[in-house]
Amino acid sequence: MLTIALTGLNATDSPGAGVAVARALREAPGRAVRLVGLSYEPLEPGIFLPDFFAKTYLLPYPSAGSAALLERLTYVQEREQIDVLIPCFDAELAHFIRLEASLKALGIRMLLPTANQLASRDKLRLAEFGAAHHLPVPATHALHQPADLPAAAAALGWPLVLKGRWYEAETVHTAAAAEAALLRLAARWGWPLLAQRHLVGQELNVAGLAEGQGHLLSAVPMRKLTLTDKGKAWAGITIEDEMLTELAQRFAEASRWRGPFELELLRTAAGELFILEINPRFPAWIYLAAAAGHNQPAALLSLALGEPVAPFGPVAVGKLFIRCAWDLIADNEHFQLIAGLGEV
Amino acid sequence: MPLKKNIATSEAGFVFNPATGDSFAANPLAAEVLKLLQAGHDLAAIRAQLLERYDVPAHQLQHDLDDFIWQLTSFQLLEE
Repeated sequence: MLTIALTGLNATDSPGAGVAVARALREAPGRAVRLVGLSYEPLEPGIFLPDFFAKTYLLPYPSAGSAALLERLTYVQEREQIDVLIPCFDAELAHFIRLEASLKALGIRMLLPTANQLASRDKLRLAEFGAAHHLPVPATHALHQPADLPAAAAALGWPLVLKGRWYEAETVHTAAAAEAALLRLAARWGWPLLAQRHLVGQELNVAGLAEGQGHLLSAVPMRKLTLTDKGKAWAGITIEDEMLTELAQRFAEASRWRGPFELELLRTAAGELFILEINPRFPAWIYLAAAAGHNQPAALLSLALGEPVAPFGPVAVGKLFIRCAWDLIADNEHFQLIAGLGEV
Repeated sequence: MPLKKNIATSEAGFVFNPATGDSFAANPLAAEVLKLLQAGHDLAAIRAQLLERYDVPAHQLQHDLDDFIWQLTSFQLLEE
């Protein structure tokens, strides 16, 4: 029985991937797994899925720093003997990368990109990364202060897309709307922000897994069918698209990426394909990949354990996911334990 | 003007384009035309078969077929 720890238990309207990864791991062929949840908030829905997570611990926010995270994980490890940890949030990854050797010394293995790989696909450097590796990225300008906006707008034209460093984006059509959005996003995510050329087209995603030597092991293309008001996929379908798979292969080769990733793409009516973002972790819809025959979380587990993993075969095309708003019921004591004692 | 090889059609008249993820529902006559296209018949042969089977003026059939082919083209279901 392997013990696997996961973050990203926030299965909300802007979900983390933890619950989907847990679901895929429970179906890992030939494996018995015990799952431990790692959460940042006491109301993350995954905490209230006791059939999935044998135990859940609160973690300090990433802003508390790597030392606080290591201290907490040392406490958890003394109780849980975690074999593999799978981080599912962008904002925590730098800490886990920094702590990789320390956690390995505690017996916790991970499969992560390197710090350089993580930095290379950062939203701030994506355009540069695209240019260096002939990957199509829309024109993007970094905004370090409100005064940077007019020049960016002049270069990119209206409307344009303003993005927070980690999360959130808004499409704005006028200078007044842009200034207001800029302040809203900066208040939530800090500076710098990004201004990106606005493109219209079909939104497509690829969930990928690569082993760090330039080889792509799996790529599952998905078309979003319905979106939330935050632009998150609420339903999607696996598709067959050689261009998307080839793009994922080019990314894995160019970056020698190690671990899971998600390409967020847009195809214009003229057929041009652009990479809007590269996320350095599993997407929230990753269970669809498992349902389509590519159980990437199970494969990541094998890679983290040092076992060889062969590239997956064809994706089952035409598989849909439809997210479901489902009310979990819990006793107040469950909440009190996680909120008051930090574990349940 | 053949149907793309990867287009999936069902007995119930559903059409799925795996490249785009689009699904369509075809009425019985549209499903019949799709089946003929899938079997490799050209438009002239399809027109002749339909004229033989249905009581429809030739000009009306031609108009409806043109319209249907335009729809299939716009939905990216036909080979270019």
